[in-house]
Amino acid sequence: MGADGSDDRTRERWGLTRRGFMKFWGAGSMAVAVGGAAGQAVAREEEPGVAPGEGLPVTLDINGRQHTVLAEARWTLLYVLREELGLTAAKMGCERGECGSCTVLIDNAPRYACLTLAMEAEGHGIETAEGLMEGEQLGQVQQSFAKEDGLQCGYCTPGQIMAAEGLLRKNPDPSFDEIRLGMSGNLCRCGAYAHIFNAVADAAKHRKG
Amino acid sequence: MADEPDTIEGQPRYHGAPEAGAEAQPEGWAHTRVIGKRRPRVDAYERASGSAVYPSDVVLPGMVHGAILGCPYPNARIRSIDTSEAEAMAGVYAVISANTPDANPDWPYSEEETGKLFPAHCRFEGEAVAAVAASSPYVAADALRAIQVEYEELPFVSDELAALEADAPAVHADGNKAGTSSYVRGNVDIGLDEAAVVLEETYRTASEMQTPLEPHGCVVRWDGDRLTVWESTQGVYAVQSEVAEVLDLPLSRVRVIGDYMGGGFGSKLQTGKYAIAAALLARRINRPVKCFMTREQTLLTMGNRPPSTMTLKLGARRDGTLTAIEFKGIGASGAYSAGGTSLLDWLAKDLYRCDNVRTELTDVYIHAQQARPFRAPGYVQCSWAMEQAMDALAERLDMDPVALRLKNIPAGSQARDDKPYTTDGLRLCLEKGAEAFGWERARAEAAAQRQGEGHLKRGVGMAAANWFVGDGGPPSTVMVRMFADATVNLNMGASDIGTGTKTAMAMVVAEELGVDPDAIQIEHADTATTQFATPSGGSKTVPTEAPTVRRACLELKDRLMEMAAGQLGVEREQLVFAGDRIRTADGNDGVRLRDLESLRTQKVVMGIGQRQHNPPDVSITPFAAQFCEVEVNTLTGELRLIRLLGTNESGRVINRLTWDGQVVGGVTMGVGFGTTEQRVLDGPTGKLCNKNWHDYKLPTALDVPAEVISEPITLTDEQANIVGAKGLGEPVTIPTAGAIANAVYDAIGVRLHNTPVNPVTVVDRLDNRTET
Repeated sequence: MGADGSDDRTRERWGLTRRGFMKFWGAGSMAVAVGGAAGQAVAREEEPGVAPGEGLPVTLDINGRQHTVLAEARWTLLYVLREELGLTAAKMGCERGECGSCTVLIDNAPRYACLTLAMEAEGHGIETAEGLMEGEQLGQVQQSFAKEDGLQCGYCTPGQIMAAEGLLRKNPDPSFDEIRLGMSGNLCRCGAYAHIFNAVADAAKHRKG
Repeated sequence: MADEPDTIEGQPRYHGAPEAGAEAQPEGWAHTRVIGKRRPRVDAYERASGSAVYPSDVVLPGMVHGAILGCPYPNARIRSIDTSEAEAMAGVYAVISANTPDANPDWPYSEEETGKLFPAHCRFEGEAVAAVAASSPYVAADALRAIQVEYEELPFVSDELAALEADAPAVHADGNKAGTSSYVRGNVDIGLDEAAVVLEETYRTASEMQTPLEPHGCVVRWDGDRLTVWESTQGVYAVQSEVAEVLDLPLSRVRVIGDYMGGGFGSKLQTGKYAIAAALLARRINRPVKCFMTREQTLLTMGNRPPSTMTLKLGARRDGTLTAIEFKGIGASGAYSAGGTSLLDWLAKDLYRCDNVRTELTDVYIHAQQARPFRAPGYVQCSWAMEQAMDALAERLDMDPVALRLKNIPAGSQARDDKPYTTDGLRLCLEKGAEAFGWERARAEAAAQRQGEGHLKRGVGMAAANWFVGDGGPPSTVMVRMFADATVNLNMGASDIGTGTKTAMAMVVAEELGVDPDAIQIEHADTATTQFATPSGGSKTVPTEAPTVRRACLELKDRLMEMAAGQLGVEREQLVFAGDRIRTADGNDGVRLRDLESLRTQKVVMGIGQRQHNPPDVSITPFAAQFCEVEVNTLTGELRLIRLLGTNESGRVINRLTWDGQVVGGVTMGVGFGTTEQRVLDGPTGKLCNKNWHDYKLPTALDVPAEVISEPITLTDEQANIVGAKGLGEPVTIPTAGAIANAVYDAIGVRLHNTPVNPVTVVDRLDNRTET
């Protein structure tokens, strides 16, 4: 994220400037390691370093609510969602951005929460499958997955649903090929793809109607 | 669904003769109101909302995170382990290894082979060396990196054919043969003499890995001497017995819960070392421990479909009658015995009629992880060989591939003493599939398309299958309880591994008791609170559990009828069960279930079902056929799957929606086996090259056929059991890869003997064809 040539303002917003990055990655230890003038300059300018096992406060906007947690710099958004906040719809499948089980929306776009550091997500609108619920009722995409049986074991399902939601927000009337492409970042080992396509098409139909 | 009739009558009863068993059998359902329809899952809400709690979602107060250190070499002896640095790290609660007192129990690699949880000699990459418990998975990973292990690297062998050579490094002292077996019927030599055409080909299938989306693992908690395990598993009772055995605990001290689980495909029929390590860590630190494998570890250590090399010799008369089948198969268990050739020859000896059959199997040890069962073990590999060989034979005989198969349909299971099949499912699948696919027209159209100039060549192919289990059987116990307000609770031990078991069973209850499936409360997959079931595997869950659920309902109904007879003052025989009420046959008198006085007093009425034995003299077997159309780019070797149709005869269709789900899922998995997946063990190092999903290619949304059609044979196999249903989950994936390979052959005229069929292998073969 943010590594797409976006302007400085956007990068600042993402907390991905060199300054922000250094702050979290422990300028203190770096100063010791580097030693020279550059390292000292960093150390003077920044907060004290944080070692693994210690946390810094990170405030996350998740499904419209603000959550502040003490997070290590290396903690992923997925880890914070699941193990710190108990939001377990996003699943852990590979921890390296290959399966999409952890897909969430960040500012309306599908993102792998396992490849997003918690601190990167600060200041952005994060949505998980829990946030698609309308009260205790399933949201539209969720209803379509239930109706068309766009799932089997269900482990990849919340991620598939978030990918579908992100696709439909960007393209409310996708063609079959656009659905296939839009869902191709999410693996389903049960192989429910044909039913997943039906579910996304059904959700698009209801969104239009 | 608005377009569905109120009752389903389209499932003719097949071979409607009464069962031979001594026990009186209840009548099958002549008409059904619920069964056979498209029914969204009873737990669709939990699965789609994200509220379903999978074992990896479990977070307990005080819980810490476990992790396992794996050996980085395929064959190595451990000289020393130093865990002191890891133990001193902040956030590390415990470290255990072979050096830790009371933390290295015996580990049963197989029925015959016992080793240690942390062995001194590691015979495969990823073998457990030590385990840690720490405040987070991050700290646990730091701790693993801080453990100093000195290894003595030893020579290794990773290829099963190389392992059979005389100078190959020995995996075990007594050599690299894990087992051999053979089978003979008739006389193959005479059969080959009678043949007008003899064909011999060798096929090879790469090892395929199950790699379910939820990694293998568990959360464990001790309460005194009682252990609770939340495990991602296909069978809680199997995990209970394994954990109890290794930790030497009574079964009543081990509770295993696994109601939701994120896929297994055979690899979660058993537990793993992680559960034992987690329990040992948790006991030392008096805290719950969550221990899930990393994705890399699931690929390294949590099972595979063994690689296989198969040589197949077929003989046939000019009219297509098979006169001889000879099959030689080599497979690899891995470092310990694990069924490396399990069921590998079954399709060769059982699918088509042939009097003269000889098979030989050799299971081999290699320095790689043990195999685990993988959706239709053996059958998927054999189908790749058998169905391509049949296709080649049809061409040699100038016969239609469907016609050749129809010519050789057996009346019974030849590998099981010719016991007659209860249905003519193979013929039905072939005929209905060919018709629904438009087989003959599609063949002609593809042939015409290939005459064109373009580099895109179309082809069609097909393959058939049976599956020797899929009949189910005892033991299984199910409880159905009715509460005072006439609502129902279903209690069964079986796991719903994504196949829709809970929904299918709720539909059986609904059919029998006249209640709404969604209103049924279901408890399942918990050894403390639910009844015994074998693991969900072998396509036997529906045929095992559905009749048992029905039996429990029938017993419950019986009790309710007794209650109604007493209350109404009429004979029991005068009463009929009519949904939410029981009434006299003439309709003049009746009582609503919720108004039954005995039910209101007793609060709960229960029926118990137990699975009865299957009739002994028949073969209860599911059948399948698949037809597909492909397009091959002869410049790039790229393969496009245009459409694929699956016909299945698995007895009664319980839920058409999840039935179709199984078909599309099985086809997808077959696409993976045939075209994208292969384990690659590095030559110089013996290490797994593709231990992530970037390099180990599962089929994605872009790899599956644009059109997958499910065409069930709707019949009721009355001899099978009192529901008339057989297993489906495995037959749906057996023929896929062979059908694709046959379609590729049709398209480009070269036969791909090895999996996977991908641009590299296709282009390679096309180039060779050009040269010769």
